[in-house]
Amino acid sequence: MKSIKSIKLIKSIKSIKVNKVNKVIQSRMLKAMKVTAAMMALGLTSGCSSTFEPWVMPYERENLADPIMSMNRNPVSMSFTHHAYQAREGARGAEGGAGGGCGCN
Amino acid sequence: MPKVALGAVVAVTRHKMTSPSGTVKQLIIRLIFACIVLGLVTWQAFAAVLPQDRSDAMYHSYQGDGMSIDGPSILLRKKIGNYASVSANYYVDTISGASIDVLATASPYVEERIENSVGVDFLHNKTLMSMNYTTSSENDFEAESIHLGVSQDFFGDLTTLTLGYSKGNDEVGKTGDDSFLETAERQNYRLGITQIITKSMIVGLSLENVADQGYLNNPYRSVRFLDATSARGYRFETEVYPNTRRSNAASLTANYYLPYRSSVYGEAKVFSDSWGIEANTFKLGYIHTFAEDWIVELRARRYQQDQADFYQDLFTRSAEFNFRARDKEMSTFNNLSLGFSVSYEFQFSAANFFKKSTVNLDFDRVNFDYDNFRNVLVTDALVGAEPFFQYSANITRFYVSIFY
Repeated sequence: MKSIKSIKLIKSIKSIKVNKVNKVIQSRMLKAMKVTAAMMALGLTSGCSSTFEPWVMPYERENLADPIMSMNRNPVSMSFTHHAYQAREGARGAEGGAGGGCGCN
Repeated sequence: MPKVALGAVVAVTRHKMTSPSGTVKQLIIRLIFACIVLGLVTWQAFAAVLPQDRSDAMYHSYQGDGMSIDGPSILLRKKIGNYASVSANYYVDTISGASIDVLATASPYVEERIENSVGVDFLHNKTLMSMNYTTSSENDFEAESIHLGVSQDFFGDLTTLTLGYSKGNDEVGKTGDDSFLETAERQNYRLGITQIITKSMIVGLSLENVADQGYLNNPYRSVRFLDATSARGYRFETEVYPNTRRSNAASLTANYYLPYRSSVYGEAKVFSDSWGIEANTFKLGYIHTFAEDWIVELRARRYQQDQADFYQDLFTRSAEFNFRARDKEMSTFNNLSLGFSVSYEFQFSAANFFKKSTVNLDFDRVNFDYDNFRNVLVTDALVGAEPFFQYSANITRFYVSIFY
């Protein structure tokens, strides 16, 4: 009887150990998956349509998106001002910035 | 679905859910899907955007050199869906008075110029395409032009490339001469690049080539030439310009964001054309914010140009050269502008259709100094020794903008 009990005990200990090992393996794989997912997300977000890594990330462009950084934040006034100068000066063309560059043009 | 089959599916699902390898497989699929969705969402967030929906109503005024030019300008812009934006602009110049050119050779006058334009912008991925059609009408001048543009973001959206093309046609008449009708056409080619340098600095480069062909004179302007038989010692005759002109301009701009929600900007521009005019422009500005509501801008602009090859203030005889001009815009001169802008912004409630509105006042004072254009209205000086002309002008814009 004792031997049967001891065998059962050993089996239960073994099964606990196996479960623990499985859990450890699973948690390690999950960690690996998380790291992989993070790398994939980073890869996709940093340039999903290209492999280029921008040195100013999109979430760092708050200042650039501020209207006070725009060369043409008031198009009606700017258009009139260009017209006023152009009518009285010999030079023409290449007025203002091209706009954009930060997803805010 | 039959119960047996449903049970099998449940069993398989349970088996997969409970198996470590099944969990990992499903996790991989979920993560790949999440990454794709995340990537697409983020990609959309980075891509170019349509211009903001807005309406502007402006009163503008130019006062200087005996001229008063003022009138309204109305701009309407609205998105249609997520991929198109339409705009319309109505603009009026009411011109009265007489500049020195008119006083020297003609009588003061009043006229009106009305300009209408409509445009549409299309957004496709990171590409923004724009088309615009503009007409301008006066009693002696009609013009129409089309404008095409395309803008594309590159390199993680740090770089934006803009290409543009315009074509315009003018019909030039002359008041008091119904038989006078001349035409001219114009083509513009534009290239622009903006580049993010740091998270607080952006620079831009713009290049533009303009080619004109046709009647490029102002039919009311004249050149003067020495004539001993005249009481004044000189007489006037019609200007003659070349019928082609090609010009190139390049400008470099930089905007820098200061740590306390203010910014500085600078612009340098060079220009040259086939008529021999060479010019440069420098502009500096500082924009400061007070609280969340006020934006104040101070700016200075300096412009200098050298004369066209065929410009002369006083010719020695009639028809001395094939091409001759005395437009002060063709002479050697410089001007200095000092100006400011004040904007007050107020936000509407979140439930309101309108998002925010601004009330704006822009003012610039410009001083023109001519180096070889003489003031012929001064009659007590020897011919050709009159003082050089100079004048000051005020340019004012008052406008209300509403964003929705």
